[in-house]
Amino acid sequence: MIMDYILSVATLAGINMIAVLGLSVFTGFTGLFSLGHAAFIAVGAYTSAVLTYYYYVPFALALVAGSAMAGAVSLVIGIPTLRAKLRSDYFAIAILGFGEALRVLLENLTITNGARGLPGIDSFTTPFTVLFCLAVSVVLVSNFLRSRWGAACIAIREDPIAAEMAGVRLFRTRLLSLMVSAVFCGLSGGLMAHYLSFIQPVMFTLTQSTQLLAAVIAGGMGSISGPLIASFAFIALPEALRVAQMWRLVAYGLLLVLIMVYRPQGLMGYREITSLFGKRRDDGRRER
Amino acid sequence: MSAGHTFFSVTGLTKDFGGIRAVDDLCFSVEKGSITGIIGPNGAGKTTVFNLVTGVYRPTSGAIHLMGEPIGGLRPDAIVRKGIARTFQNIRLFNRQSCLENVMTPLLQRERHSFVGSVLRTPGARRRQRDLADRGRSLLASLGLEPFASQQANTLPYGLQRKLEIVRALATGPELLLLDEPAAGMNPEETKRLAELIAEIRERFDVTILLIEHHMDLVMNICEPIVVMNFGALLACGTPDEVRSNPDVIAAYLGKGKKSHDASAQG
Repeated sequence: MIMDYILSVATLAGINMIAVLGLSVFTGFTGLFSLGHAAFIAVGAYTSAVLTYYYYVPFALALVAGSAMAGAVSLVIGIPTLRAKLRSDYFAIAILGFGEALRVLLENLTITNGARGLPGIDSFTTPFTVLFCLAVSVVLVSNFLRSRWGAACIAIREDPIAAEMAGVRLFRTRLLSLMVSAVFCGLSGGLMAHYLSFIQPVMFTLTQSTQLLAAVIAGGMGSISGPLIASFAFIALPEALRVAQMWRLVAYGLLLVLIMVYRPQGLMGYREITSLFGKRRDDGRRER
Repeated sequence: MSAGHTFFSVTGLTKDFGGIRAVDDLCFSVEKGSITGIIGPNGAGKTTVFNLVTGVYRPTSGAIHLMGEPIGGLRPDAIVRKGIARTFQNIRLFNRQSCLENVMTPLLQRERHSFVGSVLRTPGARRRQRDLADRGRSLLASLGLEPFASQQANTLPYGLQRKLEIVRALATGPELLLLDEPAAGMNPEETKRLAELIAEIRERFDVTILLIEHHMDLVMNICEPIVVMNFGALLACGTPDEVRSNPDVIAAYLGKGKKSHDASAQG
């Protein structure tokens, strides 16, 4: 009984970690803030759920389709805003508006069953599925960051002008980074829909976008492991504190404040947890 | 002038910021293999010229040509691919990355890696990455920075940060290298060593160099020809001796004596 409960919290945390991992590519490694990534989770959740619910598409395929759809939708907001080279804070506002608009759209479509949400989605997601997807995501993201494109993202975060003078294509790289982050958010959404077996537009509000962003910043921009630890803690901690009902959300807020005051660079800063256990072989893309 | 196109030229280059004309109908050209200097009093528009040439700003009017090709108004990264690289007056490194990563970034951007191969980190992708890291290390070694390869860029001493910026620019594989005040903040001894280094870079990397500098000893020693700017316009152009003895140049730097005194009294 208690084990089931712990396992379900861990599974939800794992699903959330995949979304945070996605956002960390965009915010942590490319240096652009977003207050609308919940929209990509919603796209992944609804796309995959509609596919398995109405069309009996195999779960794995539905997950891939949901991720791909989230990536495609990210182009709709990414192309106009990133081409205009909006500064990071303006971009965050633009994507906030986009996220809210998308949620209202989901509330009014017939196929999504409007604001009432989709009940009775098959619960295909198992803790093992989540663990597997999380592991694959971590590997893919860290490989991406060590690639030509990842190097371009990090250069843009460090100094956009110098990055351009190093041959980085600003618009394309930022767009790619947004797309990669949206794909992982979409995957997270697909897993979530098939774990909770019920989704509703109201689950994908600004609050959720903010929580993703909080996990990336508190975990450390420019780290993969930091945001993963933070997002796990942010899901697990309020649950662990259920014994003290009244104070649990206060403690959550306090934790955020304390991290920002004492470690403004985030838990891991620009490093990885692996760097605490001896150095990895230096193959050019050092662990951060 | 020899037959065919000049290596690099700007013609009628003009840039307005609101009502201020920062660069005014500027014309000059650079011979292949030369070290050309741009000098001029503060606010003469020298850095603006660099920003126009590298695509950071769009020219209001005028043309820029590299090896016969018009490059005015292109995006900075496109201009880099045409063969122009630069350093910045206020150092702009990728601060929280290692020296090697700073050099790897431009090297990687020149490669045509497959996206899928890179994300799956296939053996081929790993090998290419390793080869590139070796090239990065040898570039660092060419300016004596190899011992600092894994050190974070912003922890380097100032002089080495300037060097690293030069290495990063060279890693883009330029034909023309723009150096914006490379000797800023250096003492005479360091400046002298820098002059030797610049001459050496020209030989070793077979690049043409265009540099902005306030240290006259550096400019007069290694630059030929020298372009003098004042109030955004071309004031003089020639060998160090010609420039040194040009009355307009002397007036711009030292004032015009009685005549300018009268003018300022009236103004």
